[in-house]
Amino acid sequence: MKIPEEEIMSSGNVACQGCGANIAMRHALKALGRNTVLTIPACCWTVIDGPFPYSSVGVPNFHTAFATAASAAAGIRAAFDMLGKNPSIVAWAGDGGTYDIGLGALSGAAERNDDMIYVCYDNEAYMNTGIQRSSSTPPGAWTTTTPVERPKQSVKKDIVSIMAAHRIPYIATASISHVEDLIAKFEKAKGIKGMRFILIICPCPPGWKYDPKLTVKLARLAVQSRVFPLLEIKNGIEWKLNREITRPKPVADYLKLQGRFKHLSEEEIAKIQRNIDKDWELLLRKITG
Amino acid sequence: MRKVLMGNHALSYGAKLSRAQVISAYPITPQTEVIELLSQMCASGELNAKFIKVESEHSAMASLVGASAVGVRTFTASSSQGTALMHEMLHWAVGARTPVVMGNINRAFAPPWSIWTEQNDSLSQRDTGWMQVYAQNNQEVLDSVIQAYKVAESVELPAMVVLAAFVLSHTSEAIEIPAQEKVDEFLPPYEREYKLDPDDPHAFGGLTDPENYYEFRYKIQKAMEKALDRWEETGREFENIFGRRYGLVETYKADDAKNLIISSATVASTARKSVDMLRDKGEKVGLLRIRVFRPFPAKKVRKILSSVEKAVVIDRNIGFGVSGIFCQEVKAAMYNEKNNPTIFGVIAGLGGRDVTSRNIVEIYEDVMKMEKPESDIIWKGLKE
Repeated sequence: MKIPEEEIMSSGNVACQGCGANIAMRHALKALGRNTVLTIPACCWTVIDGPFPYSSVGVPNFHTAFATAASAAAGIRAAFDMLGKNPSIVAWAGDGGTYDIGLGALSGAAERNDDMIYVCYDNEAYMNTGIQRSSSTPPGAWTTTTPVERPKQSVKKDIVSIMAAHRIPYIATASISHVEDLIAKFEKAKGIKGMRFILIICPCPPGWKYDPKLTVKLARLAVQSRVFPLLEIKNGIEWKLNREITRPKPVADYLKLQGRFKHLSEEEIAKIQRNIDKDWELLLRKITG
Repeated sequence: MRKVLMGNHALSYGAKLSRAQVISAYPITPQTEVIELLSQMCASGELNAKFIKVESEHSAMASLVGASAVGVRTFTASSSQGTALMHEMLHWAVGARTPVVMGNINRAFAPPWSIWTEQNDSLSQRDTGWMQVYAQNNQEVLDSVIQAYKVAESVELPAMVVLAAFVLSHTSEAIEIPAQEKVDEFLPPYEREYKLDPDDPHAFGGLTDPENYYEFRYKIQKAMEKALDRWEETGREFENIFGRRYGLVETYKADDAKNLIISSATVASTARKSVDMLRDKGEKVGLLRIRVFRPFPAKKVRKILSSVEKAVVIDRNIGFGVSGIFCQEVKAAMYNEKNNPTIFGVIAGLGGRDVTSRNIVEIYEDVMKMEKPESDIIWKGLKE
């Protein structure tokens, strides 16, 4: 695969060192190209893009309110349709803006099959506001609102299945560790009309509490330990696994590099492993090709 | 062409004649007819627009702010709880300087549930930076939508055309539908200077530090001040083409009046009859109808009130803990004036209770017996 050499996103923006979401944007834009309009709700990328009057994304960017990535994108799409123009309209939101406060708007846009690419860069908590739990935070994780005395109890919401239930034309998961796969998915999404949903796992050094140099390694371990399966879903029903992961790494390898899990006992880690195994079995039953 | 239209359909026709390009709305009583007719118009091709059938009012306004930022004309309508749910995005429309136009059908808030008219829904949005025009009949509803686009696009601020639930929304009146060519002559297509354009990429609304934010707010205020003139000029231009004149305020028999009744919307329309009834009794009374509430026409109010002795403001709304909202605004406008009339504030018609011409005569006669207001709120027809 030939990765486009042109850098649309500028280097030297205000992302944290080792920011996974920054890597995601860089490669997404390489695939999307300059004929793209972004809308970004409240999230880390509100800040990363750059304070007024700067912008680092190199394409038009409409900052919008927390709950409104999908609805703002729907309006932007409708306006370009009226003008007879066809840029890629991309809503770029974090997990808080997708799994939680923006879910109603996203569901509305998905049900209408509005013509956009909705990207959730998932760092598994409200990182921009200082690491509060979201419904994407995995069980057992520490955040500032799930302290070690009582870490996150409930499951990580299955946003992929929620989106699949809307029968939208295209869903993909991607990891910043598998850049060729990520770019291929964006290129594929670009050629499809209607609602496209891409979920990208984006490790976060301050939020997950690890050395910034481990970002790509952690994203890779998430895939290799079956914590974050790489898949594609057509029309909500044709599920395809892009990486089989025949010899999975123990989930402990993934968890133990992260300070947010360091309070976990071996027993608790074993329980997480059992749940990962169970989820993988369930996933395999959905795979159609 | 004359047509019998309910106020809600007057809004739809206003949007259609203005050639709204993106419409986005969510149903709420008593607004539904607005969007039903627009859906029909879009489906039949009578109106060339995209209609996004959103899942909430919050999304309705979010989508229109996005669409308007691309540089197309946008429309929605809502009411009461719906307008309240939009609140965050009403602020966004102002900050993003997007000239969205919406109809707001004045309906009281729950609880307890009410579907009847009261102005607290639109007046709760008074500090968002939306322009607000309060219509007194269905002709004015339609005409105000067309004018609202003209003013909004010239100052890059959104505008709300406000009408009373049922009293206008569901009441049919014979109104003149302007010819499309004439509306096109009055209202050319929207041209946005700074827009979302891949050929000229910019970020809109990014994080802005205290060294810059202040000036953005100053510019919104300046746009509001400019809008005061624009509403008057637009009213005159409109009259030249369509023969109907509208301004920031309207007076009736106010020139020689010793005392004034001040109100807005359909209560003001009813008060015209009350003025006639009182004039027949020998009262030198006139009427001031405040049509444009934001920007507030303080200069006009000062000029008209400078020659009267007493004024009674009738509010179909309440600022809890203070008084009626129009009354507060009128009092504030007059505070530093030398010739400052005694101003009485009456709350009437909350939750859609009728305010008849006879009620207004009684209100007037009651307050004129007082030398000074006994309290900041005078209640009318309160059941003990």
